[in-house]
Amino acid sequence: MTINLRVWRQKNASTPGKLVDYKVEGVSEHMSFLEMFDHLNEQLMKKGDEPVEFDHDCREGICGSCNMVIDGQAHGPQKGTAACQLHMRHYNDGDTIVVEPWRAAAFPLIRDLVVDRSAFDRIQAAGGYISVNTGAAPDAHAVPVEKEDADVAFDYAACIGCGACVAACPNASASLFTGAKISQFARLPQGQVERERRVVRMVEQMEKEGFGDCSNFGECEAVCPKEISIQAIAEMRREYMKAIT
Amino acid sequence: MSTQTTKANQTSPKLQSKVPEGPIDKKWSTHKNNIKLVNPNNKRKYKIIVVGTGLAGASAAASLAELGYNVETFTILDSPRRAHSIAAQGGINAAKNYKNDGDSVYRLFYDTVKGGDYRSREANVYRLAEVSNAIIDQCVAQGVPFAREYGGLLDNRSFGGAQLSRTFYARGQTGQQLLLGAYSAMMKSVDSGAIKMHNRHEMLELVVVDGKARGIITRDLVTGAIERHAADAVLLCTGGYGNVFYLSTNAKNCNVTAAWRCYKKGAMFGNPSFTQIHPTCIPVSGDYQSKLTLMSESLRNDGRVWVPRKPGDKRHANQIPDEERYYFLEERYPSFGNLVPRDVASRNAKDVCDKGHGVGPSGLAVYLDFRDSIKRYGRDKISERYGNLFDMYQKITGDNPYEEPMRIFPAVHYTMGGLWVDYNLQTTIPGLYALGEANFSDHGANRLGASALMQGLADGYFVIPYTVGDYLSGEKSGEVDTNHEAFAQAEQEAVERIDKLLKSKGTKTVLDYHRALGKIMWDEVGMSRTEQGLKDAIAKIRAMREEFWNNVYVPGEKSTCNKYLEYANRVSDFLELGELMARDALDRNESCGGHFREEYQTPEGEAQRDDENYCHVSVWEYPGDPDSDPVLHKEALEFEYVKLTQRSYK
Repeated sequence: MTINLRVWRQKNASTPGKLVDYKVEGVSEHMSFLEMFDHLNEQLMKKGDEPVEFDHDCREGICGSCNMVIDGQAHGPQKGTAACQLHMRHYNDGDTIVVEPWRAAAFPLIRDLVVDRSAFDRIQAAGGYISVNTGAAPDAHAVPVEKEDADVAFDYAACIGCGACVAACPNASASLFTGAKISQFARLPQGQVERERRVVRMVEQMEKEGFGDCSNFGECEAVCPKEISIQAIAEMRREYMKAIT
Repeated sequence: MSTQTTKANQTSPKLQSKVPEGPIDKKWSTHKNNIKLVNPNNKRKYKIIVVGTGLAGASAAASLAELGYNVETFTILDSPRRAHSIAAQGGINAAKNYKNDGDSVYRLFYDTVKGGDYRSREANVYRLAEVSNAIIDQCVAQGVPFAREYGGLLDNRSFGGAQLSRTFYARGQTGQQLLLGAYSAMMKSVDSGAIKMHNRHEMLELVVVDGKARGIITRDLVTGAIERHAADAVLLCTGGYGNVFYLSTNAKNCNVTAAWRCYKKGAMFGNPSFTQIHPTCIPVSGDYQSKLTLMSESLRNDGRVWVPRKPGDKRHANQIPDEERYYFLEERYPSFGNLVPRDVASRNAKDVCDKGHGVGPSGLAVYLDFRDSIKRYGRDKISERYGNLFDMYQKITGDNPYEEPMRIFPAVHYTMGGLWVDYNLQTTIPGLYALGEANFSDHGANRLGASALMQGLADGYFVIPYTVGDYLSGEKSGEVDTNHEAFAQAEQEAVERIDKLLKSKGTKTVLDYHRALGKIMWDEVGMSRTEQGLKDAIAKIRAMREEFWNNVYVPGEKSTCNKYLEYANRVSDFLELGELMARDALDRNESCGGHFREEYQTPEGEAQRDDENYCHVSVWEYPGDPDSDPVLHKEALEFEYVKLTQRSYK
């Protein structure tokens, strides 16, 4: 089939960008969305044009590299699916699709669809860990963990750090990302000692990075490829209030 | 019961494995007691570079920073958390014996040596099994949410063919959770200032001064800036090179460049042809396909593998009656049936497809059918066991595996070969270490399921923190700085290569070459290899390499973010590595594990080892230019604790 793509092209952060139209022919229904971009880039390069830059790696929905806003939705129309696992069989011949990068002040643009998400690393560094040096751990069975707590902690830990939550949020808030990490550790006995210090530092770092506040739109949960519950944000707020009072 | 080293297996004087004396269960503790130490106050004076931040790199960086070393990490990705370790599904082995089923360090060691078809170094494998339990303790303490039972204790499962339950897991995302644990440990030291991260940076050259590793040259993948980084030791934790086959289960950015540039600076390469081809992957659906996705091997517990008995039968699977179905694994291996080991299952699937029985649009797939299990246990039970895998399959293929059989085909998954290392994980260049999948050491000719995560973390958390100190204690810190002539020279080499890639502006894209190389590798250096095929492959790869440098089209400039320039640089190295893999496979006139030479098989068609002549690691030395023949060295493998036997699954 033929797909009409409107893709955001921008040379670097200091040059203005624009949407550019491309007609992509020979798109197979079995292609993934990113394979269609490979295909487009091959066509561009064979004509001597510059290919579209986009981040990608595992292409099986777990590394969190891919970041495309597809027709206004982070990762596109399929629920619980990263762009790399979105397949072209969900589109029809002749469709027009608009593709843009994550847009948020805290994710500066690098080129085309590539943005800088290092703010997430800095939030993680501000306490997203349990301080236990290598070799200092007790036996794994020394502290039992209730199955329910372990399962809920896993649900939060499933975050792939892609940043779709930020891209979808009208305030560009990183609350779902930050809340998921805080809630994972808050559920586990291992995380208790640093519980208060962790939430205060991570929340403050999130603000310092220029992410907005959460105002309960719920868009983050709707686009999250791992379907992480917005409950994480409520838990983060509760933890934060407990810590500062 | 010690094996005699034959003349053909004699160890080269250039390869000192440094395996400690003494009984196998005492070697590691004795070694740790005798190893030299660096004074706590002096550790911060030593800078250690860690290249790659997957399980091996992140765990090493975290542990070394905690000890007080000055650590700098490098990754090509935008965050360490995205390393390909994250994609591992199944689990991680450990000899905890929490199930009281008789597991022990010895059994884990024994299974791993045997599973590797007796081509790994006993002492290293024993140590791996020995530290496996501490890994689980460490990960749990970090908050890794392993699966638990209602009593709050850790759950285990069995893995393909294992007779024990020793695999710890976190749903189907064990790699992700272990990597996020190691990443969080690393970020703790980033927070304290003990680790400096360089993300979106690619290592292009190793800097060697007076025979020792003294630093690296990198390219900033955002600005294109070429940078010099000096260090007292360099740790290579850059993973495997399965992407030389173009299509594999590896992530798109996995590459051999860092390891290959070290090889070209004198680090020898061990068993480069040892590749694991996993039997149950979603097959290729078209030429545009960019990567392959694994379906957990556990599916073979309830799925039956078959193809139409009549070659070229194009009927829908559900319309083919039982008597016209060829359940080839069940017929050929009555006692193991669908649960034969990975290498055997893969080879047989290829064989029936080669004979025209393959299914699907390409004819390169076999059925994995759950019809009988659904009939026996009901759809709900099957859904409970494999629901998430069925959903993933449906997402990718659009087909419903409850209604029709899955189509599967083998795919390249892991490389057992890698840079040769001694017992301390040091390569043949002093000060350069290789950890995790990047080294050759622990899996022999075939890796067992759930052992890759174990090895990456064993090397990073529990081996390198001790062994690197032994080297550094004999070195003066900061001996060489980046003004040294060797840095200027290495930088020039990196720049010249990039300029050369951008200059040719030919007619074929990098993808054209990578795909063509992958086809040669898959056809001739894949699941089944022959003398003639390997010779042809060497000639074809050489010709392709020459053409590549004259006719490749690399777009854009070097001073910006330019992913196709990165890609071209990596493929240029694959074009050299591919030849070495073919040479290694050609030299090894036996079959073992994943290395199957058609000339060397038992009357039943199984891998026929030749211990008399090939009970050694093949270790290759770079000859100085890519078109000359590499020099072969050998490390004899001596088995004192595990008896060499022939595997059979009939």
